[in-house]
Parts: sequence; C-alpha cells; structure tokens
Amino acid sequence: MASSTNVSNLIAEQRSKSKRRKLEKLVPFILAGAASISVLTTAGILLTLMVETVMFFSEVSFREFFTSTDMQPLNRSDPSFSILPLLSATLLSTVIAMFVAVPVGLTTAVYLSEYATDKARRVLKPIVEVLAGIPTIVYGFFAFTFVTPVLREIIPMLDRTNILSPGIVMGIMIIPMVASLSEDALSSVPNSMREGAMAFGATKFEAVVRVVIPAAISGIIASFVLGISRAIGETMIVTIASGSNKNLTFDITQSMQTMTAYIVEVTSGDAGAGTTAYYSLYAVAITLFFFTLAMNMLAKWISKRFREVY
Amino acid sequence: MTELSMKKNVSIQEQPEEERESVFEAQGVNLWYGQTQALHNIHLKQREQEVTAVIGPSGCGKSTYLKTLNRMVEMNPEVRISGNISYRGRNIFSRRFPVEELRTRVGMVFQKPNPFPKSVFENVAYGPKIHGIRDKQLLEQIVEESLKGAAIWEEVKDRLHENAFGLSGGQQQRLCIARCLAVEPDVILMDEPTSALDPKSTMKVEELVRELKETYSIMIVTHNMQQAARISDRTAFFLNGEVVECDTTDRIFSNPSDDRTEDYITGRFG
Amino acid sequence: MQMMDQEAVAKSLPRRIAINKIVRGLFLGSTLFGLVVLAVLLYDVISDSWGWLNWNFLTSVVSFDAAEAGVIGAITGTFWLMMITGPLTMIIGVATAVFIEEYVKEGRVRTFFETNISNLAGVPSIVFGLLGLTVFVRILGLGSVVLAGALTMSLLVLPIVIVSAQEALRAVPSYLREASYGMGATRWQMIRSVVLPAALPSILTGMILSMSRAIGETAPLIALGIPALLIPLPSSMFDSFTVLPVQIYYWTIDAALNDDLAALAAATIIVLLVMMFILNATAILVRNKFQKRL
Repeated sequence: MASSTNVSNLIAEQRSKSKRRKLEKLVPFILAGAASISVLTTAGILLTLMVETVMFFSEVSFREFFTSTDMQPLNRSDPSFSILPLLSATLLSTVIAMFVAVPVGLTTAVYLSEYATDKARRVLKPIVEVLAGIPTIVYGFFAFTFVTPVLREIIPMLDRTNILSPGIVMGIMIIPMVASLSEDALSSVPNSMREGAMAFGATKFEAVVRVVIPAAISGIIASFVLGISRAIGETMIVTIASGSNKNLTFDITQSMQTMTAYIVEVTSGDAGAGTTAYYSLYAVAITLFFFTLAMNMLAKWISKRFREVY
Repeated sequence: MTELSMKKNVSIQEQPEEERESVFEAQGVNLWYGQTQALHNIHLKQREQEVTAVIGPSGCGKSTYLKTLNRMVEMNPEVRISGNISYRGRNIFSRRFPVEELRTRVGMVFQKPNPFPKSVFENVAYGPKIHGIRDKQLLEQIVEESLKGAAIWEEVKDRLHENAFGLSGGQQQRLCIARCLAVEPDVILMDEPTSALDPKSTMKVEELVRELKETYSIMIVTHNMQQAARISDRTAFFLNGEVVECDTTDRIFSNPSDDRTEDYITGRFG
Repeated sequence: MQMMDQEAVAKSLPRRIAINKIVRGLFLGSTLFGLVVLAVLLYDVISDSWGWLNWNFLTSVVSFDAAEAGVIGAITGTFWLMMITGPLTMIIGVATAVFIEEYVKEGRVRTFFETNISNLAGVPSIVFGLLGLTVFVRILGLGSVVLAGALTMSLLVLPIVIVSAQEALRAVPSYLREASYGMGATRWQMIRSVVLPAALPSILTGMILSMSRAIGETAPLIALGIPALLIPLPSSMFDSFTVLPVQIYYWTIDAALNDDLAALAAATIIVLLVMMFILNATAILVRNKFQKRL
C-alpha cells in the first residue's frame, strides 16, 4: 500500500529544504526596517529642527528671540527676530477658535449622544464629520472671500486681513474633532448612571449636566486640548486670511502672523539658505513642535489620569 | 504514478490492545495561566488507531490539555508549562522539534467550524500548499481524497470553487476535518467538534470519527457523555485539572473505579 | 417631619421641563450649525466659480490671462503625487502595522512604537514640510520635484495609514489565526495567507481615505517651494510640478488684486472637492462590497 507520492513524506521532504526557513527568519527584519521609518521620521524632525535652531541662536540671542517685541526678519539693514508677535497671533487665533469649537462641539456631542434618536444620529453624525474632511485651503478661501467681507459689514474697522475671521473659521474646522471625541466620552458613560439620575425625577438636561458630563469630563477636556493643539498647528487658514503683519498686539481686528504662517511666508519667499531669516524658520518650527507635542501629551495624560472606571 | 494512499497498514488493528504503540505520552504535566494552575500532574497515553474521549465538567482543563498537545495553548502569553510530553518518542517542547512540524503531524478540529474565507478547494489545499506542495494535479488529487475521507465529497464536488462560508455548519465542520486530513496527519485532536452542530450533523461527524480511527489516532474532547460512549475506545475523566481516571470506555461507563467518575457519569454533578 | 416640599417640587417642575425642551432645541440647532456652514461654504464656492468651470478650464495650463487659465497642470501633478504616495504608504504602513501587531509582544517596545506614531500624527503638517525641505529638497538635492513632494507627503500620512492598518489587522478573528497555526503554518505563512487577505478591504479603505486627506494638503508642499506658475506638465518623478491646493493658494492670495483670480480659485476648489468625493465614495464602496465576507 505504501505509495511514492505519500503526502506526509512529500511534506517532510519539503521541510528539509532550508529556503523557506530563511524567509521566515528574514521577514521580521524586513518588517522592522519598515517600522523604523516612523521612528526615523521623528528623529529626523527633531534633528533637523535642532541643528538649524542651534545655528540660529549662534546669530541671535535667546533674549532677543523670547523677550524683544520686534519681528523684522527680512529687513536687510537691521533685521530683528522676536517670536512674541507670532506667539500672540497663534494664541489669539487659538482662543478665538476655541470660543467657537468648545460650545458648538460640546453641545453637538451632547445632542448626538443624549438627545438624538438612533436614526437622527445616523444622519447627523456624518454631516458633522464632513466638516473635518474639507481641506484647510478651502476653509482659508472661505474665510478670506466670504467670512471677512461679512464681518466687515458688521465691524467696519476690521482690516481686510485680520485674525478674527480665520480664528472663527478654524473653530468651525475643529468642531467635528471636539464633537466626536466628546461624544465618545459621553456615550461611554454607562446607562445606569443616567437612569439613576432620571429615576429621581431629574429631567434629561439635569441628568446631563449633573451626572453625565461630570462622569465624562476627562474625555471632554482631552478633546478641548487636542482641539487647541490642532488650532496651534493649523496653517493655511491663517496664512491666507490673516496676512503677514508681525505685530505684537491683542487687537483681533488687525492683520497678524502666526508661527505657522511665518514658516509658510519665509519658505515660499526668497530667504536663501544660510541667512538668519532662514534659520529663524527652524527656531519658530521647534517652538511650534514642542507646543503641539505638549498639548497632545497633556490630552493623553488627562484622559488616562482621570479615566473613570465604570 | 501510483495512487495516492491515505491509509496506512491496516494489519496493526489486529494487534492486542495493550501492545499498540503510544503516540502521545504525557508525564507529570502541570500548566498555569498566570497564577492559576489549570492542569495538575497529568499522566496520559494516547495510542495508535484509537479514539480517546476526554470528558469532564466545563473548566476541568480538558480543552487546555488538548491544546497543550499541539502547543496551541502557548498562544496565550500567560501560559507556563512544566512536565514532559513526548510525541512518538520526541519531546514536543524540544527546540529541535519545530512547532510547525508538530502541528503538521497533529491536526486539530475546533469547537466552532473555522473555514478560511476562501473556496472549498483552497481550504483543503491550504495545508499542502503552505508545506510546499505546488503540483496542481497532485493538489487536486489530495483535495478529492481528503474530501472523500471526510465524507463530504459528494456534497461539495460541484461547488469546489465557491466560498466555504456558503456551506452549512455541519458541512463546514466536515470541511475542516478534510482540511486536516489533507496533510496526512498522524493524530487528530478534536475540541468539542459537534457542540455547535445540530443533531443530524453531529451524527454524521460521529460516523466519520469511527471511520477515521482506522487510519488515525484521535483524541476528542466532549461534554456529551453519550457521544464519548458511542465513539471512543478509551475515556479519560478530568476534574479540576486532574485526571481522575482513564480506562477503556466500557469500563469507565460500566464500572468506574473512582466514585467521582461515577457521580459525574450518573449526572450527580457537572 | 417632611424633608421635601412636595408643593415646591411640583411648582418648579413645569419650568424644569420647559428648560429641558429649550435646551434640546438649542443643542439641535448647534448640531445643525455644521450643516448650515457647509451649505454656505458650498454656495460661496459655487457662486464664485459660476461660469468658470468648463472643459477649457480643465484642460488648459495656467496663464497670466485669467480667461485662458486652466488646471490641467495641477491635476496632473496631483495624480503624480498620488501614484507615488499611495503605494509607498501602503507598503510601509502595512509592513509597520504587521510588525507592531504580529511580531512585537505587548510591552515596552510596542508602547514605544505606538507612542511614537500617535505623536507623529499630531505634528503639524507644516513641520513635515520643513523636514521635506531640509532633507529631500536640500540635503538629498532633489529640488522641488514630484519625488520630494511624494516622499514628504508619505511621511505625513504614514501615521494615519499605520493606525488604520493596525485596526484592520486587529479585526481579523482569532479563529482564523488558530485554524492556520493548527495546520502547522509558520507565523509569516499565517499572516500572508490568512490575516492580510482578510484585512485587505479595511486596509484599502483606510489607504484611500488617507489619500483623500493627502490631496487636500497644502502647507507642506508650499514649504517645499512648489512653484506658483508652472506651465510644463510633469512627465517623470524628477520634474517640477504643482498640485490643486497649491494652485488654489496662489490664486486666493492674489484674489484681492483681481476678482477673476478668486473665480479661478473657486473653480479649482470644486475640482479638488470632486476628486475627494470620488475617493471617499470609492472607499465606502470597497468597504461595503467586502464587509459581508467575514
């Protein structure tokens, strides 16, 4: 009965060939090589930013950069470098954006998670999320050609480029992020807690304010912090709609330049490699990098630290 | 070209029971999931051309033991094992015995039918293919033989290239058995193979098990005592991670030596 | 002694119920705010571009004369960018995800990789532009060509592709892995023959969605120094190029000088949105077509 094409013998024969065993050993190394690319990207970002930033500070003092108020990088006879005007613009635009994104985002989240029927949620949620998919360049166009002219009807003293309009539009862009992360936090609050409150005769709104939101507060705050990080890093809207005046001011009707917009201006302009203006890019970028990194880490810390255990 | 033979020498069957060679031999096996010990000092033998049923209340370690034999249990990183298990005289935990080779020799049929989301043909050809058999004609031959061996050929021969998910649950389970047979294993481990099936499909699988033991050594975990009595030659009774008793099925069911076995079999607990 | 003033409770009840109703309406309004903005935005773009979006616009190269200008150059450039970025991120992203999910045990190493990826996903895109400018354009000396843009864009969307591929791999049911291991498959055989085919539809969906994100990205490409007015079409990955969002940017900032440029920008926005819509629709189709199989 023994046959020459016995399958188990064939398999044993194949096993003794070493080719496949080699591949098996090789694969993890190939995959690890691919995985190292994302690590190298982080390292590359840190390294390039740091090296050029060191070059920058060999020409401009720390003190000038962080405490003076004058930013005129492209002034040939007497350039000056201060990050404060850029920081003030970034801060203002972020605050304005959060004034829009926090109330609208949170109430949207509450509506979707607590009030909406399943059917309504299935229709409304994708619509809200479409806002997150629109390219920022389109928001920039919208801010510049629509929102600013409309605002100028209301506030005549508003400059043609100003920080208010891109701030508002940036807020709109961030609504879906705040809404969807907050909604996740709200809907992970167990139903028993809502029922507990409502069994005592609380209205839905009272249950939301007294029980559900406090229970989900860490996730909600984390969503705000991530929204802030997003606003700090947002580039095109402010570049287009806020112009390039490097004023240290808190007047939201004026043109101001954020850190991100500064990077766009200098890279797309004619600051040649090796000039101080060119190196200043990296000093600004590393500041931006650490700001957003800090916000992202803070958000993670908040949601981990205060995670409710249900 | 000689015909593909799925059967081994039948004459071994005639040998007296005690002299049949043992396939698996476990000696003093202990197993822990993290801090909890799931198996205590197991000593068991599995012999050629025999069906051994493993019975016991749920959580007694019977499935764990089965999965230890082909080392699937180690997919859980928490698992620690001590003791010794040999397969045909080779230590299965030895570094020189690749786990892939062990699992090729020792097939497994799972509780829930788990065909791949591929065609019937590709499901059965899967094993031979990953083990390096490329010859198309040979593969076709293997698929046919295996499907016949699992008593499902007649039902699927016209739909070999349809997705296996289209089969009924019982057909899927027999397909999984065919998939197992395709690499000509030595032993087949079955982990409650009929628990997800209806009575009719269960009967078919049981019939199949009785046929398969002519060729293969089978160990079957079951929570169904009638099933154990119907199809097995030997029965091992597990309780709280220990083997209480292992003997011929006749003796276990008619005259167990341990009271706990009797209690379980007569339905006093479990 | 009565602890609760039942009468006061009964009195305040209608007011509380009314508040709940008002709040509910307000919150619904807030949810619909997004819809309103979306409608206004689309109206703004469409009305600005009215009459400009025609066959001539789609097939002409850029020109100083607004009436003659078109976006074929930017469309070609966008396609070039996708043709390189798509496959590149797919291969590297899936390989990374497989490595993390299937080869690295849970523990410090895995946490390290995952933390790195999630931090990378939060880095502003302009910073990636600066990285590309420094490494690809200047150090490697590629210049502002298709390849430099595609490599920069790949690094930018890689974290998204990795995370979505990881989710796809995690969703492959464990019984399929067991079945494969039970047949004596090695880890790589199991991954190649069972896990990857099962996860492929979700991986593809994730990749298409990340491409839809990539074609709208502007800032990093501007940082690379992609030109404003480029007439020749790229014909290899070492050619200069421009893309739709960059074209929109330069026309928008000059719109104050000339109303026609705003119209051109708006028309280009519609082309971009239509391309994104097609990509998203494809992603949904892919997902729905294959979802039933598992």
